[in-house]
Parts: sequence; C-alpha cells; structure tokens
Amino acid sequence: MSWGLDMGSAVDAATIALLAAGIVFFVAGTVGLLRFPDVHSRLHALTKADNLGLGFITVALLLQAPDAWKAVKMLFVWLLTMLAAATVAQLFARSALVARPPQDRRP
Amino acid sequence: MTDLLFMTAAALLLTVAASLVRVLRGPTRPDRMMGAQLAATAGVAILLLLSVAAGSPAILDVALVLALLAAFAAVAFVKAASPDGAGDPEEETP
Repeated sequence: MSWGLDMGSAVDAATIALLAAGIVFFVAGTVGLLRFPDVHSRLHALTKADNLGLGFITVALLLQAPDAWKAVKMLFVWLLTMLAAATVAQLFARSALVARPPQDRRP
Repeated sequence: MTDLLFMTAAALLLTVAASLVRVLRGPTRPDRMMGAQLAATAGVAILLLLSVAAGSPAILDVALVLALLAAFAAVAFVKAASPDGAGDPEEETP
C-alpha cells in the first residue's frame, strides 16, 4: 500500500462510484415500472433493478459504517429486502396470471 | 461526504414520487401494490443513507421495520385477493 495513495480518499472514491451505480439502477427500475406495457414486465423491473440499486447503496454505506455491528445490521436489512422481493415477485406474478388483467393500449 | 449522502437521498425521493405515479394510474390492483413496494424499497435506501449521514443508529431500526412491513403488506394483499381469502392465488374457485 505504499503507492502514494491516501486510503481515506480511495474509500471515499469507491463510495461515490457505488452510490452513483445505485442511483442508476434505481432510476432504471423506476423507468421500467412506469413505461413497461404489462404487469409481469413491470414486476421484472421492480424486483430486480431496484433491489440491485439498494444493494449498491448498501455496499457503498458499508465502507462508511462507524463500526462493525452497524455494518452487519445494514447487511441484514439488505438481505431481508431481497428475501421479501423474491417472495413478493412469486406471489404477485401468480396473482396477476390468474386475474388476466386487460392489456393497456400502447400510446 | 455527508452532503453527498443527503443529495443521494434527495434523488431517491424523486424515485418515490415517480412510484406514486404508478400507484395513481396503474390499471390493475397489482400495479398499484407494486408502486407501493417500490416506494418501500426506495424508502429503505433513503433511511440507510440518512442513518449514516446523520450519525444516528436508531434510523437503521426504522429501515428494518419498514422492510418488514412492506413484505407483510404484499403478502396480505395477495392473501386478500385470492378467491376465498385463504391465500393461494392459483386455487380453483369453489
């Protein structure tokens, strides 16, 4: 680590890059939820892209965590959200498959 | 760095506002519930950012409770929309 790098600024740069990636994935998932044509493609955008954005933001905040216990708690929040997203995707997809909603017209 | 975390949280608040558009306009009831789920996911991210930026560890517990309540709300929605209210969305209607 004697490359003339300041470790603090390197960690901050990694945090900024990960936060930017998280915002990009959140925006992509939101645009998909607003613009995709039917329920199942919207569900695909919701449960994949947005939870990936939350994961990037969580990893960015792990680098800034004040101590180890708070970092572990942030990881637990992310794991609970991913588990919930997987379950909710299955339940919503099956519910929408039975209901056969009317397809909205493309503008 | 603290200002950057607050700015990221503000950008995610715009995500929450966009999800409310889907809650308002979604043609089916699962669409509206998916908008609420996106608001919950973005809300968890905002609370994690605020916890680190403001240096208050209690907000982590708020984020944990919000994630748990969003999961329960989705399960309760699917259970209420099933044919006899018992929870299986694909069972035969009696």
